[in-house]
Amino acid sequence: MANVSIMTFNILSILPILTLAGFGMIVLLVDILSSRKLGEKNLLAYLSLMGIIVAAILARNSTGTTLFSFNESFAIDNYSLFFNFIFLLSTGLVILISHSYIKREEINHGEYYALILFSTIGMMLMASGADLLNIYIGLEVMSISIYILTGFKRSKLISNEASLKYFLLGAFATGFLLYGISLVYGSTGAINLKQIAGFIADKGSISNPLLLMGMALIIIGLGFKVASVPFHAWVPDVYEGAPTTITAFMSVGPKAAAFAAFLRILMTAFGATHYEWQKIIYILALLTMTVGNVVAIAQTNVKRMLAYSSIAHAGYLLIALVAANDMGMSSVLFYILAYTFMNIGALAIVIIVSQKGDEFIQIHDFAGLGFKHPGLAVAMSLFMLSMAGIPPTAGFVGKFYIFSAAIKSGYIGLAVIGVINSVISVFYYLRIMVIMYMKEPTRDFNPLTLSPLIVVAIVLSVIGTLHLGIFPSKIMEIAQQSILILK
Amino acid sequence: MVEYLPILILFIIALGFAVTNVILSAIFGTQKPTAEKLTPYECGIDPVGSAHERFSVKFYLIAMIFVIFDIEVVFLYPWAVAFQSLKLFGFIEMVIFIGILFICYLYIWKRGGLEWE
Repeated sequence: MANVSIMTFNILSILPILTLAGFGMIVLLVDILSSRKLGEKNLLAYLSLMGIIVAAILARNSTGTTLFSFNESFAIDNYSLFFNFIFLLSTGLVILISHSYIKREEINHGEYYALILFSTIGMMLMASGADLLNIYIGLEVMSISIYILTGFKRSKLISNEASLKYFLLGAFATGFLLYGISLVYGSTGAINLKQIAGFIADKGSISNPLLLMGMALIIIGLGFKVASVPFHAWVPDVYEGAPTTITAFMSVGPKAAAFAAFLRILMTAFGATHYEWQKIIYILALLTMTVGNVVAIAQTNVKRMLAYSSIAHAGYLLIALVAANDMGMSSVLFYILAYTFMNIGALAIVIIVSQKGDEFIQIHDFAGLGFKHPGLAVAMSLFMLSMAGIPPTAGFVGKFYIFSAAIKSGYIGLAVIGVINSVISVFYYLRIMVIMYMKEPTRDFNPLTLSPLIVVAIVLSVIGTLHLGIFPSKIMEIAQQSILILK
Repeated sequence: MVEYLPILILFIIALGFAVTNVILSAIFGTQKPTAEKLTPYECGIDPVGSAHERFSVKFYLIAMIFVIFDIEVVFLYPWAVAFQSLKLFGFIEMVIFIGILFICYLYIWKRGGLEWE
C-alpha cells in the first residue's frame, strides 16, 4: 500500500478558526433543539459573542510568531492576526447591533448568528491564505454566508432582489478570480505566493503575457469584492436591500478581507512586478473615489449614501495600494480599523433612527434629531466627521497616513485628487449634520428602540473613533510591524 | 504551448466525430415519424401532461441534500483505502467530519427539510 503522508499542521494556528466553527455549530444546535416558542434567542447572541471573545483570546496567544499549516498554504503571522482582530471586532460589533434589530424586523432566526460566524471564518481564512487556493476557499466561505444573510428578510422583495443580484455578480467575479488563479498557476507552476514570487524573480514577467493576464484577472475578482469602480454596480442595491445590520457587516468585514488578500497577493507574489499592477490600481483608485463621492451627493436614502461612501473609502484604500511602500501598507491596516468603528457606528444610529421595515431611512428623517436625542446626534456627527476626514477623528489620521504614503512614493497627483475627493465628501457628510441640527423634525421620534447592546456598540465605536484619532501612534506601530512579513 | 497541441487535436477529433455522425444519420437514416415516436420518453409510461411546467421547490431541496450526503460517501472511499497508513489521526479526522455532517443532518431534520408535505 502506498504511504500516505499526513499534512503537517499546527493546531495553534487554526484554533481561533476552529473555535468559531464550533460556536457556529453550537448556535445552530441550540437553536434547533430549543423549543421554538422560546422566541427570544438572547442566548444565541451571547453564545456568538462568547465565541468571538474566545477566538480573540486564542488568536492573541500567537502574536509575534509565524506559524504555517497545511503545506504552507495557511499562515498565521502578525499580518493575518491584525486582520483577524479587525474581523472579530467588526463581527462582535455587528452582533451587538443585530440583537434588537432582528427582533424588530422579525427575522430572529438562529441561523443569522451562525451564518455571521461562518462568514467570519471565511474572512480569517482569506487573511491567512498563503496560497491562492486557500484565499479562494476563504472568499467562498465568506461570500456564500453573506449571500444568504443579504436575503434574510425573506418576505421583502427588495431583500430578495439584493441577495440574487449579489449572488449572480459575486459568482461571476469569483469566476474571474479563479480564471486568474488558473492562468497564474499555468504560467508559474505554483499557487503558493512565495513560490510565484520566486518564479518571477528567476524568469521575469514581461516575457510572460499569461502571467500578467492572470494577475489582471485576480485584480478584477478582488476589485469586485472591495467594491471598486467599475466593478461596483452591485453595491448600492445590495447595501440598500440587505438588513441594515448586514449592510454594516459586509461594508467592513468582507472589504477588509478582500484588502488583506489583495495586499498579500500583490506584495508577496507580484511584488517584483509592482510597476505593472500599480498602473491598473492607479486608475481603479482614481475612478473609485471620484465616482463614489460624486454619486453619493445625489443620494437621499441614508443606506445608499453610505454605500457610495463605502465605495469612496475603498478608493482611498486603493491609493495606499498604489503607493506600495511600508507606510502605504500599514495605513491600509490602520484605515480599515478606523473605518470599522465609524461605519458600524453610523449604521447603528441609522438602525435606531429607522423603524420596522426600513421606514424613516431617508436623509430628511434625521431632521431634528439634534434636539430630540442629542446623544445620538453627537455620536452620528462624530462618525460623519470621521468619514469626512476632519480632526481629531480616526478618519483624519487614516487619510493623512494614506496621502502621505502616496506622496512619499511620488504619486503627488493621486494624493491631490484624493484630497479634492475628500473635500467633495465633506458636503454630503455635513449635510446630515445640518439636517440633524438645523431642521425642524418632520416625524415623531418617540418610541426609539434602544437596547443596551446597541448602546454598547455605539459607545465602543465612539471610543474607537476618538482613540484612533487622538492616539494613533500605538496602533500605527502595530500596523507597521504587521506588514513586515509581506516583504 | 506546443505540449498542449495533442489536447487540441483530440478536441477537434472528438467534436468532428460527433458532428459527422449527427449529419450522416440525418442524411442517410430512414425517418418514419409516428405520433408515438415523437412523444417524450418517460420510462415507457404514456406521458401525463406536458413536461414544461413548474416543479415544486422541494425537488431542489431534496437534490441538494442528496448531493451533500453523496459527497460524504465519496470522501469515505479514499479514506477507507488509505485507512491503514492514516492510523488514528485519519480516524479522528473522519469522526470529526462525519460529526459535522451529522449536525447538518440534525438541522435538516429538525427544520423539516425531510418532510414532503
